[in-house]
Amino acid sequence: MSSHHQGFMAGKRGLVMGVANDKSIAWAISKACAEQGAELAFTFQGEALKKRVVPLAASLGSDFVLPCDVTDAASLDAVFEEIQKRWGKLDFVLHAVAFSDKNELKGRYVETSSANFDLTMNVSCYSFTAVAQRAEPLMTEGGSLVTLTYYGAERVMPHYNVMGVAKAALEASVRYLAMDLGPKNIRVNALSAGPMKTLAASGIGDFRYILKWNEYNSPLRRNVTQDDVGRSGLYLLSDLSSGVTGETHHVDCGYHVVGMKAEDAPDISVHRPEAEAT
Amino acid sequence: MSDVAERVKKIVVNYLNVDEGKVTLEASFIDDLGADSLDTVELVMAFEEEFGVEIPDDAAESIQTVGDAVAFITKQQAA
Repeated sequence: MSSHHQGFMAGKRGLVMGVANDKSIAWAISKACAEQGAELAFTFQGEALKKRVVPLAASLGSDFVLPCDVTDAASLDAVFEEIQKRWGKLDFVLHAVAFSDKNELKGRYVETSSANFDLTMNVSCYSFTAVAQRAEPLMTEGGSLVTLTYYGAERVMPHYNVMGVAKAALEASVRYLAMDLGPKNIRVNALSAGPMKTLAASGIGDFRYILKWNEYNSPLRRNVTQDDVGRSGLYLLSDLSSGVTGETHHVDCGYHVVGMKAEDAPDISVHRPEAEAT
Repeated sequence: MSDVAERVKKIVVNYLNVDEGKVTLEASFIDDLGADSLDTVELVMAFEEEFGVEIPDDAAESIQTVGDAVAFITKQQAA
């Protein structure tokens, strides 16, 4: 960004949690915010992600990159203490963190183990509340908290299983957080993106089939792009959405309004090489 | 090397930032080329994108070397 250009995020400082690589939804939104002048901090979990996030952050002019394990209260405290020290305030947070045992993102939801249910809920749902608790005191001039969700929270999606249950709880928590934080002009919303080929999606079975199905059957007859989610994320994190809170905003080419397969959609089958009779 | 092998090699060199000379068919992504577990997932995604094939999880787990990837993709393309 050239120095004489003032974007509409100029002067705003935001924390982005959950960039994994340049395919990440969080990365698309980060780029869109940075283009409009936002200053960003990033968190990562573990060395494998650190070596990916550090150069990406640098490409947006940020050297503010911190380790964070969202299941560890002390680790979360440290992140927000560091933000307090360096920035003294915070304008927005993008929470793009979720986890579940891959082995339970296939087969039947009814088989979900207690241990993985707890872990999935803790990382994918409670962590957003834990972040909101710590962000609130730093958002002295109001703020925007955005988390990522998926339509599998509202309707049954193959393979999404316990993650769908956790995302449903996450969407409910968005509404409660919106009520609690509204008096301080802190808005809380969820962005429900259509399926995208990200690192997180690599854990979901038959993903290519899911992409095809959405492409053929969504009103826009295509899948969402990084730019689509980037711009909508920017809208939710910026003052452009100043009257919006408690919302689950679908950025899915309209797929969530569809009741059945489009008449013009071709029949497709799940490609399973191991099941091929040759 | 075949066309598939050349393209696979190019992706591996770019993703893992390794010398071309090290990327032989026998080279193991993790043991010889320094890939971590996320690198291997990203490589599989890059192969899928480049060649328009689907590499399911169980197949991805069996792809340990550059040669394994070339063989799998060649077989998929022929199907």
